[in-house]
Order: sequence, then structure tokens, then C-alpha cells
Amino acid sequence: MSKRLLILGYGNPGGLDDGLGPACVEALRSFDLPDVTLESDYQLTVEDAALAAEHEVVVFVDATVAGPEPFDFFEVQPAETLSFSSHVVEPGAVITLAESLFGARIHAFTLAIRGYQFNEFGEYLSQQARNNLAAAVQFLAPLARSHTLPTALKPKARMN
Amino acid sequence: MVKTTHPRKIIIEPVTRVEGHGKVTILLDEHRKVQQARLHIVEFRGFERFIQGRPYWEVPVLVQRLCGICPVSHHLAAAKAMDLIAGVDQLPPTAEKMRRLMHYGQMFQSHALHFFHLVSPDLLFGFDADPAIRNVIGVARQFPHLAVQGVMMRKYGQELIKATAGKKIHGTGAIPGGINKNLSIAERDEFLKDLDQMLKWSRESVALAKEYTVTHLKELVDFGSFESNHFGLVRKDGAMDLYHGNLRAITADGQKIFDQVDYQTYADYLAEEVKPWSYMKFPFIQSLGPDRGWYRVGPLARINTCDFIDTPEAEGARQELMALTQGKPNNITMAYHWARMIELLHSIEKIKDLLHDPDLQGVELRAQGRTRRSHAVGMIEAPRGTLIHDYEVNEQDQVTRCNLIVSTTHNNTPMNRAVEKVARDFLSGTEVTEGLLNRIEVAIRAYDPCLSCATHAMGRMPLTVEIQDAQGIRVHRRTRGVDPDV
Repeated sequence: MSKRLLILGYGNPGGLDDGLGPACVEALRSFDLPDVTLESDYQLTVEDAALAAEHEVVVFVDATVAGPEPFDFFEVQPAETLSFSSHVVEPGAVITLAESLFGARIHAFTLAIRGYQFNEFGEYLSQQARNNLAAAVQFLAPLARSHTLPTALKPKARMN
Repeated sequence: MVKTTHPRKIIIEPVTRVEGHGKVTILLDEHRKVQQARLHIVEFRGFERFIQGRPYWEVPVLVQRLCGICPVSHHLAAAKAMDLIAGVDQLPPTAEKMRRLMHYGQMFQSHALHFFHLVSPDLLFGFDADPAIRNVIGVARQFPHLAVQGVMMRKYGQELIKATAGKKIHGTGAIPGGINKNLSIAERDEFLKDLDQMLKWSRESVALAKEYTVTHLKELVDFGSFESNHFGLVRKDGAMDLYHGNLRAITADGQKIFDQVDYQTYADYLAEEVKPWSYMKFPFIQSLGPDRGWYRVGPLARINTCDFIDTPEAEGARQELMALTQGKPNNITMAYHWARMIELLHSIEKIKDLLHDPDLQGVELRAQGRTRRSHAVGMIEAPRGTLIHDYEVNEQDQVTRCNLIVSTTHNNTPMNRAVEKVARDFLSGTEVTEGLLNRIEVAIRAYDPCLSCATHAMGRMPLTVEIQDAQGIRVHRRTRGVDPDV
């Protein structure tokens, strides 16, 4: 039987704002989120398809180098190809693999939190990124708790 | 008056389906023949500054930030150095075997990922197949059993890492002088359930790689290939040992350059050359100098440098590979894939032995240090090749200096040679054809380089192919897959 919701944050916490995804997952751990799986990793990989396939809804949480502030939230469409690198697997490719390899039907979203500093080592977030993270957590936590995430937005609609 | 034709530069960036990104520049002479090819690699710099001043016991955790694909290799290399800093020469059996289990799990998942999801599209669809099909999703559609196999093998290795190292991002398994947990009976039994399936798939993977290499030998024997020295760790009896050993280097025809060298003295044997056009250094064997002393590391180099493998099925497979070159070192670049699958089989054989070893349930997890050191080297055979971590620590327990030589740096010259060979053989005119681009990618991927794990954040990974003339003016550009929103 499928579990309800997977929130998968990814990025390198040693790469400044690249760590926004894992930081978001860590922040969500302090909330009471029944039937929600929280996972974080340095980057998406192909075996995440197996984990995703065990869930009805998946939210990928990543840092983004450009785009709306404080965050963008949009539905993930299955991707037909891997865009550039199998070591940098995109959310759409994870969903496609989950569907084609495991027969899963998943409703997936990306929460893209805007970051600003990426090109150095450092285990901290910039002040602006911390502000954006707080807004993103405030947005996602109640949706995850109330089981209303799939209806939180119309397909392809963007919230920020 | 002499008419001068300026050389032209052809630039390809980044190379797809390797970690991070790189750029290939092909410099043509006045006759439009390849003069030189260069692989430029963007490294994630500043790590030394990041780690200076940190207490030494934090280092095995911090170094995992270097690479999102192989954090375990950095974790273990650093832990081995910090064992010595803490004054520990000998780990308790449980600690060493838990680390080995972690390492073989890492090797298993990394090799499975590389072969099934990076390389198999090239092998199954051919170098000239449409990139829209020649990827892991294409494999999933046409060869779903192989794609599932790759995912489940990768998952098995990742679960082993989780059971031995802890969380994916904040793994803390290895600590100076030992390990922080053993393997419970329940954990062991979970891994034993799938072991036979993993062994079966590993055997099939070796067979697939072997069959491809033998069937296409005429095409592959010269593809991006050249003679080189080979370098790696071997056990005292000459066996392959991916976790610990002494240094051995051999020539292209198998003569030993040095053997059974304590890796604490690696700096007496290796040096690094700096070239103005590359951020990455070019290591070489000091006694041979930079022109003749460069070498290869990684699966093929390890198969070439060892005398035997101490697990029966992998040893049988090694003998078959070596028979291809009548027992002499194999210098065929594309044979890396076959060698990598032999190591995959070796790793799962080792995992099987370890899972049946009661020492993994032991309770002595950490040794007490005796004489603390201020300088130590940790070395390991990571999936992509030899990994060196070299640290100095002051009396306040703070790191004052570190020097890392990663596998991809060891293979810097060989990768440049491979690219140049392919460019000479396949470039026609001044246009980067899809066929040339594909072949350059295939040659680089044989080494499974980790170009940079700087950041994967959205909007950071465009693929652009660009041709520039000698004045830097773009004459041809091709970009695919860029999100216009970022």
C-alpha cells in the first residue's frame, strides 16, 4: 500500500545556499507531520525512483540559482529524457523512472527555494536564503500536515 | 608575403553524464588538423581554507561535503588519516570490518550506477544513437529489466552505507580510531535476503561487459587508447585490496617502477605538475619525470597492478580479462568498463564474506590512541581510483594544512590523452558533429570522472557545444536542454 507523502530535500550543506533543500527537511522535522516521509541527500539519484514509487505524492525541495523569491512551487511533469547528467537527475526523470520501472502513479511537485551564494565551501546559508527558507517552511508544513497538498495549486500554476 | 592561417579552437562544454561539468577545447593547426585537445575541469576550490582550524575529529564528517556521489570514500580516507593522528595504528576487528563493509557497499553502488545508468546507453544503443534515446530513460523503456537491476543494485549499496555510516548527508560511522556502531543481527539478515540476487546480477553484469568488449574489440582496441603506466594500492601479498595496502606502480608492459611502498611516504614518489591552462594539477611519478611519469588509476589500473584477486569469481573474471592481452597490462581505455564490473563482483563477494563474519556484531568499536601524530596520510582505492588525504594537525588539535589528490586528478593526463586521440581519429572539418561529441563523451566516461560537485542547483547544468575561431569569435554553437526560466 502506498504511503502518503514524501518530501525529499537535496543539495550540499557544505556548499552554502546549495544546502537549502536538506535545511528545509531538517526544519520540517520539528513539525508533527503524520504519514509523511522526510528524506534528504546530496543530490537526486536513480534509486530515488524506488523510494518515490512507494508514495502517492512527492515534493522535491531544491535550491535554485534564479527565479522567484522567496520560492517557487510547481507541479513536476514526467521528463522524457535526462537533460544533462545521470548524476544530476531531475525530478521529472525520477517520476518517469518510478512510473516506467515500478508502475507508480505519482503526483509530484517541486519547491524551489531561491539561493544566492553557491560557489564556495561553507556550512551556512546566506541571510536572504534563510529568510526564503523560513517562508518556504511556513508554506509547506501546513499543507503537508493537512493532507491538502495535491489540491494546493492547480496544475502548472506557480506560487510565490 | 607569408599568408598565415590562424589555428582554430573548437570548444565543447560541458561533457554530459559525468558529475559536474567540464569543457573540451580542440585546437586545430593551420591545416585544420588536431594540434592538441584539452579537457578543462572546474574544481570546487577553497576546501583547504574551509577545513583549516577545525578539530581533527570533525574532519571525516566535513570531507563528505566534497562529493555528493562518493562521500564515503572521502569519509574513510580522512578517517584513516585521523586514526594515525589520534595515535591508533591498529583498529579493533569489528571497526575495520564495518569500515570495509561500508567501503564495499560504496564501491558496489557507485559501479552499478556508472555502468547501468551512465554507460549502458552507449553500449546498448551505440555511440551514434540519438541522445534523446541514449540515456537511462531510453534503457528503462527498451531494457526495463536492466534499468530495474541497476536501480536495485544501487539501492542495496546505499542501504549498506546507511547501515554502516548512518544518515546519507551526515554520515558519522567512522571516527578516529574506530567506528561508532556495529551491525545488528536484524540488519545483517535484511542484507542476506537479497544477497543471492545481487550476486547473480553482478555475474550477469560482468558477462555483459565482457561480451560487449570482446564483440566490439576491433573497434574498441584503438578507441581513445594509448600505453601508460598504472598505479594503485596492493596488499602485501600482491592481492587487490580496495581498502588498504601499499603503493605499486608499473609500466605499460608490466615492469615494476616501485612496489610495496608505505603510502605515508607517497610524496617521495609522486609529484604534481601545474599547467597554465588547467585548474587541475597533473600528477606524475617523480623518478620518470612529468613527460613519462603520468599514470592511470581506477578499475583498469587496479586490475593491471594487482597479482590476483582474493575472491574466486572475480579472480576468474580477472584472468579472462588479462588473457585478452596475454597477461600483460591492458591499455584499452574501454576495458575500464569490464574491469569495473569485475570489481563490482569482487565487492559483492566481499560483502557476502563480511555479512557471515561474526566480528560485525562485536562490541569493541574503538581503539585507544598511544602516541599522537601531527602529520598523517590516509589513502584508499575509491571507485574512480586512488584517493589521497594528507593532513597536519597542531597541538591544539586543529587542522593546519591539508592536501587532497583525488582520483580524477590522477587521471588528468590520461583523460586528456583519450580526448586528443578521439579528436584526431574522428574530427573532420571544423564542426563538432553529434558523432564526435558522443565519442568524446564516451572516452571521458570510461574514466568515470568526478569533474565537480560544486553545485547541482537548478539552472546550473546547461549543455553547450561551441566552436570559436582563433580570435575567440563563435562560429558554431549548439545548446540542448536549457531551462529558459533560469
